[in-house]
Amino acid sequence: MNILANTTMDVWTMISVVAYMLLIVYLGYLGYKRTKTATDYLIAGRQAHPLIMALSYGATFISTSAIVGFGGVAGLFGMSLLWLTMLNIFMGIFVAFVFIGGPTRRMGHRLDAHTFPELLGRRFDSKFIQIFAGLTIFIFMPLYAAAVLIGGTKFFATQLGVDYNIALFIFSVITVTYVFMGGLKGVMYTDAVQGAIMFIGMGILLVWTYKIVGGIVPSHQYLTDMAPLVPGKLAAIGHQGWTAMPKFGWGDTKYNLWWIVVSTIVMGVGIGVLAQPQLALRFMTVKSKKELNRAVPTGGIFILMMTGVAFIVGAVSNVYFNQHGAPLTGRIVKTINAEKGFAVLQIMKKDDTGGWVDAVDAKGAGKMAPVTLIKSEPVGAKTVDGKEVSIVQGRSISVVYAGGDPEQIIPTYITTAMPKWFGIVFLLTLLSAAMSTLSSQFHALGTGIGRDVFVQITGKEEYTLGVTRIGIIIGFVIAMLWSYYSQQSSIIIARATAIFFGLCASAFMPTFFGGLFFKRMTKAGAISSMIVGFGITTFWLLFVKAQEAGAVGLVQRLTGGKDSLLADKPNWPVVDQIIIALPISIIVAIVVSMFTKPPSKEHLDKCFG
Amino acid sequence: MLGIQDKWVLLAYVLCIVSTLLCVLYGYFNWNKGDTEVKPEDKDDKM
Repeated sequence: MNILANTTMDVWTMISVVAYMLLIVYLGYLGYKRTKTATDYLIAGRQAHPLIMALSYGATFISTSAIVGFGGVAGLFGMSLLWLTMLNIFMGIFVAFVFIGGPTRRMGHRLDAHTFPELLGRRFDSKFIQIFAGLTIFIFMPLYAAAVLIGGTKFFATQLGVDYNIALFIFSVITVTYVFMGGLKGVMYTDAVQGAIMFIGMGILLVWTYKIVGGIVPSHQYLTDMAPLVPGKLAAIGHQGWTAMPKFGWGDTKYNLWWIVVSTIVMGVGIGVLAQPQLALRFMTVKSKKELNRAVPTGGIFILMMTGVAFIVGAVSNVYFNQHGAPLTGRIVKTINAEKGFAVLQIMKKDDTGGWVDAVDAKGAGKMAPVTLIKSEPVGAKTVDGKEVSIVQGRSISVVYAGGDPEQIIPTYITTAMPKWFGIVFLLTLLSAAMSTLSSQFHALGTGIGRDVFVQITGKEEYTLGVTRIGIIIGFVIAMLWSYYSQQSSIIIARATAIFFGLCASAFMPTFFGGLFFKRMTKAGAISSMIVGFGITTFWLLFVKAQEAGAVGLVQRLTGGKDSLLADKPNWPVVDQIIIALPISIIVAIVVSMFTKPPSKEHLDKCFG
Repeated sequence: MLGIQDKWVLLAYVLCIVSTLLCVLYGYFNWNKGDTEVKPEDKDDKM
């Protein structure tokens, strides 16, 4: 779906994209010029401005998958995703900055930690913890980076009409260059400008959307009244309408959607954000708690304007398409509500002879669509085999206009509902979202393998910068290879954001929070918690969570073709790993710490002052 | 209320705005508060 389709703005598009890229390269150069020491390169010299820090945190947090991917999911599942926005703001900004940021910054300064794994390692006086965390980041973050890279590249390629591989090369090389040269200063300067572009783009999208669907309350009311149009397959797993939560319960597949929305989308991403290495690092880039306090308002407003807008626009796009979408033609196969004109249409089209035939999907099944009928008399017509048929017209819901692909809902909406010039603004918004997340991923990859693994194993601290830069290049190459070979979006790549967030939560969060707030926590408790969290998450993804386990295929060999060890148990195959792994990881951290020797007073003085 | 069918979704919609206001008010009332830099006594690095 080309959001710039049929415009005469190709020249303006090229000018805008080139100007944007030049600005980003200049900011990267500025970061390079202002990088004098390793502390500058690794944590921006601990002198970041609160506005830059807040925008950098937000822009790193929000990638194309949050706007287009999860926005499309909101178009399919509805406003229940706003619980994720609430957690993003309350946990991801307020709790993170007010309660986590201060202790992280203080301890990071005291222990002279330059990376998130180094903070954990020095807090528990353990090389193993630092190396384990660094390796976990280095092995799994390329998946997350590839997801962002594919999302950004696809837009870049389709909007500018260039080959996917050329777009992948241009897009990623520009990003890795300013990370390689400018370090975290280059990353944060570019993040701040990219964050500002994202803020403007999403702000216009929100105001314009509510304007064209008739205002806030009328559009919500219309969306509420559309509940009978929920497709049968979604209703069967608990979808109750776009302004309602899915049906809650346990032990029946009709509750599956609640567990998908709440455990994977809301909890997996909403809680997982608190232990993201590239985000926790931001707290160590400011010189005092005052800067953190000043960053809170910007962070809160920014996240509301990102995920809040994406999820509202995704859900409300159903109203737009149901009121203004291109009419679909066909015959009624089921009347849902005669008074309101709700029906299920078998989509039909005329063939070469002028007779009507049923449209079919790729599998050969009839194409059905829930519609609101357009007030007009049915037209009598003949099918190709001479039968009489009543042809009617109606307008459907977002996912039908997106060709059944939720990821196409937002781009389709932008193309059909928004003014042509907004296509360019939205393209720059998505480029900014992708590049700002990707740059921090490359930086975390480089420091993970350089500072946290190589330097810890060899003890050659003087090589930190060189090895970090080599690490950035290695991470970049791995992410590029993933992106090159997975451009058709394998299920693992598509789920990489939630997988990485969940893994970080289960493997790092108990150790991170225990390290900050629980003086009795021991090295053994931290190591046990990390290994158990990592192990259970991996097991759950490989053998229980049907979508991921089925894609990897290992479980199918063990069970003779099933997608999950618990395939026969309702709900279990859709429960997210964070629901299981995080509580067990927390319990292990506490129990092992209680039964092992507490850290020395001298060490605690080092950490807490 | 607000045209939203389910009280739980309405609560999420309202809490998004309340959480954002909380962030703004926290920043406003704590603009000049907060500890200063970690002192040298509380506490490796040319390219």
